[in-house]
Amino acid sequence: MGAQLRLLRRRIKSVKSTAKITRAQELIASSRIVKAQQRMQAAVPYEREITRAVTGVVSNTSSVDHPLTVAKENPARAGVLIITSDSGFCGGFNANLLREAEALRGLLESRGIRVTPFVSGRKGVGWHAFRQREMGGQWVGFSRKPSYTDAKEIADTLIESFKAEDGIDEIHIVSTEFVSMLTQNVVVNRILPLEVVETTEAPKDGPLPYFEFEPSAGAVLDSLLPRYVESRIFSALLQSAASEEAARRRAMKSATDNANELIRVFTQKMNQVRQAEITQEISEIVGGANALADSAAGKE
Amino acid sequence: MAKLQVGVVSPEREIWSGEADMVIAKTVEGEIGIMPNHAPVIGVLVEGGVLRVKRDGNADLVAAVHGGFISVAANEVSVLAEAAELGSEVDVAAAKDALQRAQAAIESSQDDADAQLEAKRNAARLRAAGEEV
Repeated sequence: MGAQLRLLRRRIKSVKSTAKITRAQELIASSRIVKAQQRMQAAVPYEREITRAVTGVVSNTSSVDHPLTVAKENPARAGVLIITSDSGFCGGFNANLLREAEALRGLLESRGIRVTPFVSGRKGVGWHAFRQREMGGQWVGFSRKPSYTDAKEIADTLIESFKAEDGIDEIHIVSTEFVSMLTQNVVVNRILPLEVVETTEAPKDGPLPYFEFEPSAGAVLDSLLPRYVESRIFSALLQSAASEEAARRRAMKSATDNANELIRVFTQKMNQVRQAEITQEISEIVGGANALADSAAGKE
Repeated sequence: MAKLQVGVVSPEREIWSGEADMVIAKTVEGEIGIMPNHAPVIGVLVEGGVLRVKRDGNADLVAAVHGGFISVAANEVSVLAEAAELGSEVDVAAAKDALQRAQAAIESSQDDADAQLEAKRNAARLRAAGEEV
């Protein structure tokens, strides 16, 4: 057997096993997207209610004067929370996020603001560690299935450094928004100081009612606003988890497609080589037989 | 008589929603009972509280609610809990076990805030499940 033929057989075998792996990854990602989407859906009622409650409180108190809502006039330091994934195999997911984060960093620094990154997800942590960038906080191990406790942990760290005397003056969050199976966008939002996002739906019956507070408006705000920040971060984590799986599915699908294309090309090439070899053998045999016949004829 | 539209939600899922005649919750100020046409109110709930929802013709719905808020407006009651569990969902044996461990931790060290919290939560879970604590 020709050396070329053996080589091609080996390539095909290896590409086939790669295709098997990427295909399996694709299927796993597909099933995980559904679960991630369900978790996203399950979190919606809480988000809606807490936004309504915050809107209610804010519209009731004439001047919201809470440390978490007051913007400093000359911000000097900013924190950027970057939500990346723990594992790779997801195409440009992390690269897009980090590029956007770098752009934001450039923008903030051009305004004279010092930037401290807070990173969630092994890929982002690795990226920052490699560049020896100091991180304000890092969290790993839950990018595929974030729980509320994880969001709380992140929020606690962020709020603490926001409240500290010479701490951070504003906090941005760079994450991926899950639009659909095919579309995920990198989005940058400022979460602190808080801008209360109004619900899109208009109140059903005129302005919001006048609330009473237990124990007091200040105390309610004190515990409501951190919860609101947590819920925003939780929602970003969930969206990011769904986006990660969608990106992985897409990347693995194109990898499988590419592998199958390679197999097709190699198989064709291999058949060509095999045919050429057979043709050569036949012509050698025929040539040999002819030569034998010729020499036999010459003797007579 | 008007009914209350009640929703009990935690960040990770919607625990329960439906109609009710009365909702009793425990805020940091004390117990609050809400009946239809209650004035709009937003209250902060205590850690390890028990929420009771009274319904016509049905047994009371009881849930262990840990932290969060209750907001009432226009006969709509939303309970936003940081974590919540229906009494019927509580694993009684596990909760008892956890409660005992937390109590042991409290006895061994004087001020263990985590253990205190854990004890409160599990006591609430057991109460919600209808156990004596």
